[in-house]
Amino acid sequence: MKSLLIYLKDYKKETVLAPLFKLLEASFELIVPLVMAAVIDVGIENRDRPYILKMCLILIALGGIGLICSITAQYFAAKAATGFAAKLRHELFWHIQKFTFTQMDTIGSATLITRMTSDINQVQAGVNLVLRLFLRSPFIVFGAMVMAFVVDVKAAFVFVVVIPLLSIVVFGIMLITMPLYKKVQANLDRVLLVTRENLTGARVLRAFNKEESEKKRFLSGNQILTDAQKYVGRIAGLMNPLTYIIVNAGTILLLYTGAVRVDKGILTQGEVVALVNYMSQILVELVKLANLIITVTKAIACGNRIEKILEEKPDRKDGKWKWEENEETPFIEFKHVSLVYDGNGAESLEDITFTAKKGDIIGIIGGTGSGKSSLVNLIPRFYDATKGEVRINGKDVKEYETESLRARIGVVPQKAALFKGTIAENIRWGKADATEEEIAEALETAQAAEFVEKKEGKLSYNIEQNGRNLSGGQRQRLTIARALVRKPEILILDDSASALDFATDAALRKALRARKEKMTVFIVSQRAASVQDADQIIVLDDGEIVGKGTHKELLLNCPAYQEIYYSQFPKEAENGR
Amino acid sequence: MEDKKKVKQTEILKKVFRRLGKYRIFLVFSILLASLSVALTLYVPKLIGHAVDYIIGAGAVNFAGVYKVMISIGVCTLVTAFAQWIMNICNNKMTYQIVRDIRNEAFQKIEILPLKYIDTHPHGELVSRVIADVDQFADGLLMGFTQLFTGAATILGTFCFMLSVNVKITFVVVLITPVSFFVANFIAKHTFAMFKLQSETRGEQTGLIDEMIGNQKVVQTFGRKEEVTERFDEINKRLQKYSLRATFFSSITNPATRFVNSLVYTGVGITGAFSVLGGGLSVGQLTSFLSYANQYTKPFNEISGVVTELQNAVACAQRIFELIEEEPEIPDGESAVCLKNIKGKVQAEHVYFSYLPEQKLIEDFNLEVVPGQKIAVVGPTGCGKTTLINLLMRFYDIDSGSIRVEGLDIRQVTRQSLRAGYGMVLQDTWLKTGTIRENIMLGKPDATEEEVIAAAKASHIHSFIRRLPKGYETWITEDGSGLSQGQKQLLCIARVMLLRPPMLILDEATSSIDTRTEMKIQEAFAKLMEGRTTFIVAHRLSTIREADVILVMKDGKIVEQGRHESLLKQNGFYKHLYESQFVKNESAGN
Repeated sequence: MKSLLIYLKDYKKETVLAPLFKLLEASFELIVPLVMAAVIDVGIENRDRPYILKMCLILIALGGIGLICSITAQYFAAKAATGFAAKLRHELFWHIQKFTFTQMDTIGSATLITRMTSDINQVQAGVNLVLRLFLRSPFIVFGAMVMAFVVDVKAAFVFVVVIPLLSIVVFGIMLITMPLYKKVQANLDRVLLVTRENLTGARVLRAFNKEESEKKRFLSGNQILTDAQKYVGRIAGLMNPLTYIIVNAGTILLLYTGAVRVDKGILTQGEVVALVNYMSQILVELVKLANLIITVTKAIACGNRIEKILEEKPDRKDGKWKWEENEETPFIEFKHVSLVYDGNGAESLEDITFTAKKGDIIGIIGGTGSGKSSLVNLIPRFYDATKGEVRINGKDVKEYETESLRARIGVVPQKAALFKGTIAENIRWGKADATEEEIAEALETAQAAEFVEKKEGKLSYNIEQNGRNLSGGQRQRLTIARALVRKPEILILDDSASALDFATDAALRKALRARKEKMTVFIVSQRAASVQDADQIIVLDDGEIVGKGTHKELLLNCPAYQEIYYSQFPKEAENGR
Repeated sequence: MEDKKKVKQTEILKKVFRRLGKYRIFLVFSILLASLSVALTLYVPKLIGHAVDYIIGAGAVNFAGVYKVMISIGVCTLVTAFAQWIMNICNNKMTYQIVRDIRNEAFQKIEILPLKYIDTHPHGELVSRVIADVDQFADGLLMGFTQLFTGAATILGTFCFMLSVNVKITFVVVLITPVSFFVANFIAKHTFAMFKLQSETRGEQTGLIDEMIGNQKVVQTFGRKEEVTERFDEINKRLQKYSLRATFFSSITNPATRFVNSLVYTGVGITGAFSVLGGGLSVGQLTSFLSYANQYTKPFNEISGVVTELQNAVACAQRIFELIEEEPEIPDGESAVCLKNIKGKVQAEHVYFSYLPEQKLIEDFNLEVVPGQKIAVVGPTGCGKTTLINLLMRFYDIDSGSIRVEGLDIRQVTRQSLRAGYGMVLQDTWLKTGTIRENIMLGKPDATEEEVIAAAKASHIHSFIRRLPKGYETWITEDGSGLSQGQKQLLCIARVMLLRPPMLILDEATSSIDTRTEMKIQEAFAKLMEGRTTFIVAHRLSTIREADVILVMKDGKIVEQGRHESLLKQNGFYKHLYESQFVKNESAGN
């Protein structure tokens, strides 16, 4: 949490002024009982009506000044807290955008979204409260004690006993209950899980006739939760009665010492009243403080979680090389490349070696988990090879400036992700300043022109979040167009035609071949039909290359390829050609 | 309109009280104890006032009186504390048990809700009703209720005590206090608009965060982080502005009401002191009054908050009751028989079905399946192939006509025995949070180790499981994290493999399982399908060719029906589908 505090530094003034004004307000509040004591001891004793009026005007003035101080404090606190949160949100967002694929894999986007939203909100609320109350409450507690000493030292010793006792009760109960509340939360999470499972898995659970056993599971989980809640409730329920006993015991003691001291002429009647008032002020503030501590502990936990994300440094070092063609070396070259994903023991890619010429179409085929995507992900440096080298234009990709490298590559990811906005805006992700003609050309090649034409507003058709209002095939074609619009040197299609029917898939490949630019294309697929007209097909199995060559060559000498091919095109179909 | 809303609220409250009925005794106790503790709490300032009056000045202290008051305060305190403690326990018991009961009720309803309801309502929202709404409701209603009750009791009690001491000063207090109520209300009303702006902007920002962090890899791929952050910052600036306003204005409430309270305090001070001088009041009574003035104003501030909390609670309760009162699926009839000795004879006669009355789907569908036949369902994606599964498994009831298994209408047999007759593997894999073993044993909790392993082996997943560090004890979560789509489907197959039911409903894998694994599954399926009636949503040519009947679906309707050859001859939609999906396009070859 500590390192987050630097985001408060633009609000130094507010951060200092807010508690300061709060203290001022508190000090005025502490004077009130003394003024009242004066009303009793001087005003009433001497039957001095103007004096009483004067004192009461002072009371109103104290209240008024207190109000102003406090509103000023609230403003500064709110300003600092919201400013802090905005800054933190920005930093965190920017920081997350810099994460590498590996980091995104290990942390997970769901967690990051929670950090960005509810966690930051909690921290904001925490900062706001701390600035307002964290100094005020202890100040009033101790202030009341100090005032008591001002009134009478001996009577004040009652406070010296009562305050620690109260603190022990309030904070002791908090310390005991906090871990118990965590347990309650864990139990609630289990109840939540069962509920969710019975909704998402309703079909399966009913198909397997699990209703009765699921009910039992829920009932027992729910009972455990209830028992845990009741248990905590019983302990937390002690707080009010115990504090009440302590404060009233203090009051009784005060009355006794007061009586003795007044009898001896050391104290006045009004001063006893003031002492009793201070006692009740303490109780109110301690309860506030306890609530505050709960909020603050929550906020600190959230803050720590955010801090952890910020501590996570992007684990990629950029090179300095800019893109430069080099005709002497192979355009793309994999040299004994292996890849182990973080947290995985086994190699996902093992000893991959091949070269690709400029303008080649490379097909990559293999089963799920055979490493097809891993292989192409190494080209734009989404992941770094753990062994070996991936070279482009004769230079290791790690020596390139990542941005300049990626600018030359068009990637169509497996998951067709589009963003809220128009079709044109989405295509311009590929090239921010693309003209209408360029967009039209890309859509044409991606076989998307026809359906875009039919949409209301065409290029300005609004896509909803995640492209909900488009079909899977349409989304996929738009993502292809998005990659094409930048006229990349290298195009990577990572199983991106899976939602297209064979005819469209074929037309797409034909259009890609027909493009003027010399573009090297990687087609990752599980369909033999998608790769069979490639210049080179790489057959992967369990992270290793088991076949390399053209369709004809592989059909003759690669059993793995034959197996895939004939499973999709049974021999009689082949004969029919 | 307003009246209608009121009626609705009273109705909801009635429902709440019905559920409270069981715990009536706790409620009665709680109210009694609350009254007792409020009365005693209010009595203490009066006692203190007496004590003050006994402590007049040097040499003029009535010690006997002071002692008596001290003892009285002590007794009051102990009784109050004890009452409060018991009251807390009663409230806890009542709250948590009602929460438990309502949750149980809601969950049991979920188990018998028609799938139609579950399919058409976002799951997250239903979950939040069962979890968050119930919590909010309990906190809001029961806490709100007690606060309201003790608050009202305190106001009333203080009022009486004050009256018993002095009428004139009481009048002063009563006159000034409502001001704080109005001030708080005024501020709350104005803050509301700002809170709304804040939460709208927050929603907008969350949408963007969701999109951009969920697809961070795409953002990175296209190097768009600057542009994206720019958009983020624009919203962020607005949010900062609105939250500053919302936070600030809402935080004015406390100081403002505190100021009003100090006015009350001062008012009591002046009138009180003058009354003392006039001889109508003692100094001790003034002391009591001052602390009553403090106590009297506090509940007003609280009550204004309680009202919104109660409204919120009623809204939550409404959402929960909506779920609880939802029409359940038609229960099995009393005469429903248990399907036994299923051979796999399935008939459909003049079946009509649609999800929405105005959108006809299946019309006059007839089918005759002899035990052991394979029925392939084909059609483009999104054509409604799952509709058929829904009807066969009786997840949805047909509108008219009949579906028979072994000659019995499926509406006349128990759902349980019908569903036990089918083994279902859907493309949309669903796994339970738990170990791999638990997932395989889902349909047969008493399966032996050997049976589990045999099923896993037959599904070609055994060797994969064995290689996991924890093997069959590997913990998987709902989304099957750590497993590939193919592996998840294999697990679902193993689940059915263990049961070997007489009929099968299969959803053939498209792209998620790789060709080689798929071939092995095909083999396993072939073994499983032997002699079993199988409905299979088919994507593979070989499956389709071997099928005894092909149902061709389009836009949710069954458009053609027959064997491969005869359908091709029909030269209809099937032929078109066949050509576009399964025959290689000329241009693709070289």
